[in-house]
Amino acid sequence: MDLRFRDAEPTDAERAAVDGLLGPPTSAWDGGGRDAIRFAAGGHGARERRDLLLPALHAVNDRVGWISEGALGYVCRRLTVAPAEAYGVATFYAMFSMTARPERIVHVCTDLACQAAGADDLCRSLEDSGAPWHPSPCLGLCERAPAALELKAGDPPRTAVLAPATAEAVAGGAAPEEPPAQEAVPQAGDPGLVLLRRIGVADPASLDAYRANGGYQALRRALALGPAEVIREVTDAGLVGRGGAAFPTGRKWQATAQQPDHPHYLVCNADESEPGTFKDRVLMEGDPYALIEAMTIAGYATGCARGYVYLRGEYPRALRRLEHAIARARERGLLGDDVLGHGVAFDIEVRRGAGAYICGEETAIFNSIEGYRGEPRSKPPFPVEKGLFGKPTVVNNVETLVNVLPILTGGAQAYAGSGTEGSPGTKLFCLSGTVRRPGIYELPFGATLRELLTLAGGVPEGRTLRAVLLGGAAGSFVGPDELDVPLTFEGTRAAGTTLGSGVVLALDDTVDLGGILLRIAAFFRDESCGQCVPCRVGTVRQEEALRRLTGRVGAANGADGADVALLREVGTAMRDASICGLGQTAWNAVESAIDRLGVFTGEGA
Amino acid sequence: MAQRNYVRLTHPLVREGSGFRRASWDEALDRAAAGIAANVERHGPDAFGMFSCARATNEMNYVAQKFVRQVIGTNNVDSCNRTCHAPSVAGLSAAFGSGGGTSSYQEVEDTDLIVMWGSSAREAHPIFFHHVLKAIRNGARVFAIDPRRTGTARWADRWLGLDVGTDIALANAVGREIIHAGLVNEAFVDRATTGFPEYAASVEPWTLDAAERVTGVPAGAIRELAHAYAKAERAQLCWTLGITEHHNATDNVRALINLALLTGHVGRYGSGLSPLRGQNNVQGGGDMGAIPDRLPGFQDLLDPLVRTKFETAYGRGIQPRKGLNLTDMLAAMGDGTLTTAYCIGENPAQSEADAPHTIERLRRLDHLVVQDIFLTRTAELAHVVLPATAAWCETEGTVTNSERRVQRVRKALDPPGEARDDIAIMCELARRLGHDWHYDDAETIWDELRELSPIHAGMTYKRLEELHGIQWPCFSETEIEPPYMHARLWETDPEARGAPAPFAVLRHDPPVDLLDDAYPLRLTTGRRLDSYNTGVQSGGFASPLRRGENVELSPEDAQRLGLAAGDRARISSRRGAVVAPVYVDPALRPGLVFMTMHFPDEVDTNSLTIEATDPIAGTAEYKATAVRVEKVGS
Repeated sequence: MDLRFRDAEPTDAERAAVDGLLGPPTSAWDGGGRDAIRFAAGGHGARERRDLLLPALHAVNDRVGWISEGALGYVCRRLTVAPAEAYGVATFYAMFSMTARPERIVHVCTDLACQAAGADDLCRSLEDSGAPWHPSPCLGLCERAPAALELKAGDPPRTAVLAPATAEAVAGGAAPEEPPAQEAVPQAGDPGLVLLRRIGVADPASLDAYRANGGYQALRRALALGPAEVIREVTDAGLVGRGGAAFPTGRKWQATAQQPDHPHYLVCNADESEPGTFKDRVLMEGDPYALIEAMTIAGYATGCARGYVYLRGEYPRALRRLEHAIARARERGLLGDDVLGHGVAFDIEVRRGAGAYICGEETAIFNSIEGYRGEPRSKPPFPVEKGLFGKPTVVNNVETLVNVLPILTGGAQAYAGSGTEGSPGTKLFCLSGTVRRPGIYELPFGATLRELLTLAGGVPEGRTLRAVLLGGAAGSFVGPDELDVPLTFEGTRAAGTTLGSGVVLALDDTVDLGGILLRIAAFFRDESCGQCVPCRVGTVRQEEALRRLTGRVGAANGADGADVALLREVGTAMRDASICGLGQTAWNAVESAIDRLGVFTGEGA
Repeated sequence: MAQRNYVRLTHPLVREGSGFRRASWDEALDRAAAGIAANVERHGPDAFGMFSCARATNEMNYVAQKFVRQVIGTNNVDSCNRTCHAPSVAGLSAAFGSGGGTSSYQEVEDTDLIVMWGSSAREAHPIFFHHVLKAIRNGARVFAIDPRRTGTARWADRWLGLDVGTDIALANAVGREIIHAGLVNEAFVDRATTGFPEYAASVEPWTLDAAERVTGVPAGAIRELAHAYAKAERAQLCWTLGITEHHNATDNVRALINLALLTGHVGRYGSGLSPLRGQNNVQGGGDMGAIPDRLPGFQDLLDPLVRTKFETAYGRGIQPRKGLNLTDMLAAMGDGTLTTAYCIGENPAQSEADAPHTIERLRRLDHLVVQDIFLTRTAELAHVVLPATAAWCETEGTVTNSERRVQRVRKALDPPGEARDDIAIMCELARRLGHDWHYDDAETIWDELRELSPIHAGMTYKRLEELHGIQWPCFSETEIEPPYMHARLWETDPEARGAPAPFAVLRHDPPVDLLDDAYPLRLTTGRRLDSYNTGVQSGGFASPLRRGENVELSPEDAQRLGLAAGDRARISSRRGAVVAPVYVDPALRPGLVFMTMHFPDEVDTNSLTIEATDPIAGTAEYKATAVRVEKVGS
């Protein structure tokens, strides 16, 4: 490649961090010493390692806390990537810094649930503290809001979760011990649970405990059935995707399995970034082997020898638990070249995101794993035809995959018999905001919103429910008069709202609803990848209009409805013309707040 | 001195005292013809020499050689191919009976392995390299063999950084490894080659370790190259001036051809040997017979039947011996046996090795006619300067590229001022020298050539237009030959197979200009992306990449010599010295120094280079000069 480098050199620590991942350089030409100067290996071999760009950036960031020009140049030499292009990748992600910063940095969540729980006050008290912190989108710790994540670069790097966060802890006080995952599951131990049945029951570090609690029964059945029958079971069970789009999983698997092009890849979308969502984190922290077993079944059924877990960068404990569990499974022959002695090859690699909501979009994941900016691709071609590395790829959310286990152990019929006809099975809901017992709840499809809120203890005494946000920032608000909406895909659709990823954020009348809308708008503006115009421009215009409407800047010209009309126009353009779900849904919540809650139309706010 | 910004010549000039004065065409042509006539009369036809132009059309080159052979009666005609690819032509001719590259560009895109040997095509042949890039995208592996880590090397899967002038050692080691690994294509070697046992014996001493000691390339990398080349289903071996600008350049070319013979990588679609030509028509100039040993259609001058054909057509006997090549002509100027020269579109005063020596020789000429579009350094030495056309936009005709494809060139502009078409000027001179030449248009010339050259016979202008160019050979007006050459070598019928291709037994012979304590560094020369040869044609265009001439040093040498980027350094060889700013380039290893000849008015690099020439092809060893580099006190 034609690469141009400037003179910046990596420090020893940066070099060591990169070499730890990529191995030592082979010649002067890929960053080694000038003694090996008569030979170079590069070309296809080097460019084929492009997918190690993001892990290499992580390695540097983990070691020194930021990515210097010398470090970036060194990574580029090692991987034959143009420095300008690598800079474009590094700056795409919020968790990386291209300017010097302290080794210790605290990400303070300012997103919906935390904002409702006083994140603004926390930030104000930090303003003058001098502590190294910066605001962050949702950290997926909504049940313990307000939350913060402490990252400390070094060898090894250290992380700590501060939730609920205090100004003292952020400033450097001792971090409290992180509570076990089951603390986020108020129903833990309830024998009626399906997806959450092992959480708080089986030690998440122990493969034996997993097996003692029904683990690997499903894989055994799958191997007995054969790939085609496994897909038939999943299809007959009526499983649909839990990531938000509700696409039939069996059809996706079938479409991938029958592609003649090889290899096939499995990608588990664990980039759980929808504000208010934390169910996948709890599953991975509390029952990691379940995801590994489910991925093994999916890989077996669809003809994939390799699966990737694309895990959001803000989940250090899930990363540790998963990596530990994958290593154990490999030791025991449950992953590798010969799974369970059946001659089936399947292995899993965890790839960390680095703070980009858009990377939860299924094609943006591919670009991110491949080492490019995490921008969505135009579809078609769909992932089942040309996905990761241009090969047929099946992408499933964590919760979707874990549903495969009860389908195989209990049979498709039994599974289809639970929930409703249109939405079989159970669903995980992420309760946060003003409810007595926030956390992850599992209910069969068909329960109403009222039943769910009641299960969570309802609104604390003295508070009045003002609104419920369903589906997160990309979802929509319902009013307190709509609590009987059935929580199924078809039920919410009929009511003009969405289940989305299962977020149920309850807001009482003390919450500044305008502020919440503004936060949603700022979130989308910040997370838009900028690739397509409707989203890049529309999210900015939306935030500007909301700033005026909420009286934060300029004259509120909402009186004549001009800004509301503008919001509708911009929102329609984003919904119709954006190439991916981010832009298409960026106006949903604001629209529902105007139409269903009467915000800005004289009735509310 | 600042680099000149050349402006077009718009009227004839004749020498008056130490300068020029403007002249009418009639006066200039009369004077040009009279000087030539007087010298030929006094010393015989061999006192005349013609430098023909590799950027002009085939038609112009055909007419130029005809001028030399019919009007003057000598074979002293040559062009700048002598300074670049004459060894390729000589080597390929010796092995296959034909001097062109054997493959087409499309085959490069469709091949499995590309070996770029002594070729910084990324900078020097950017258009050809696009085909390589497409090949890379299609999955082809690339090996680059070059002392410098060039742009080509940075795209390659493997780069072998050999010492300057050790190509034969490396090639022989590759050959030995192929033989010892049992990877010889025995079917091809048995059927289509001669001299294998002698070749095998001659490479036997070149073990991987021996080659590593001589070339500096790790043994493992040599082995990998040997195995990759021999095992590839299709492979292209491409080279440029890193192979040919050496005192033993034809041997270098033969060393590469040996490898193709050993593995059967020739005469098949996708497998071949490709010398990358530089000037747009350096291939065509030779094809048209504007070289001292070949008649148009690359026909052998020494073949009496061929000569008879041309003697009949030209109505004059053709000397049955090779004429002087460009290098010989310069030498003949020096010893006074060549007294008049006609130089069309060439700038030997700056492009030849040991430039001061060349200028001194040109000054000795009794009569020098220069026909050019610019007043070059060579033109400044002339007695008559004739303003001509730029072939690529001001003339009709054809040119032939590196894949032997003849393509039409069309006139888009009228020449400026009084400038005239090259062919029209030659016709005027021929008439003044007693030959009543008239050509209505370029097509008439082309049709005359087609009558005489079997390999061009089927290429009518109409077909060239319809087919967007045709590759030679093209024997009939109804058929097209395969895009690759020498398929005959694979025939089972010995008659159809024709002459076998001989292996060559070659000896490693290090560069003539030896390194010693006084001249410890190895200077090698080459090109940059945005400049062309002596800069006459590219200097007028601005480029953000251009930084003028530099002496490029490895970081180690720069540090040892106390030189930093931008410092001025004196570079001295056994022939001369120049001063140039320093540029530190980590792509160089210690001991290796790089310069170009793009800015001869600023830094005359060719006053350093050695005029040690290849005995077969006459090309000078531009690639290997022993130099000393010192800081110039500020």
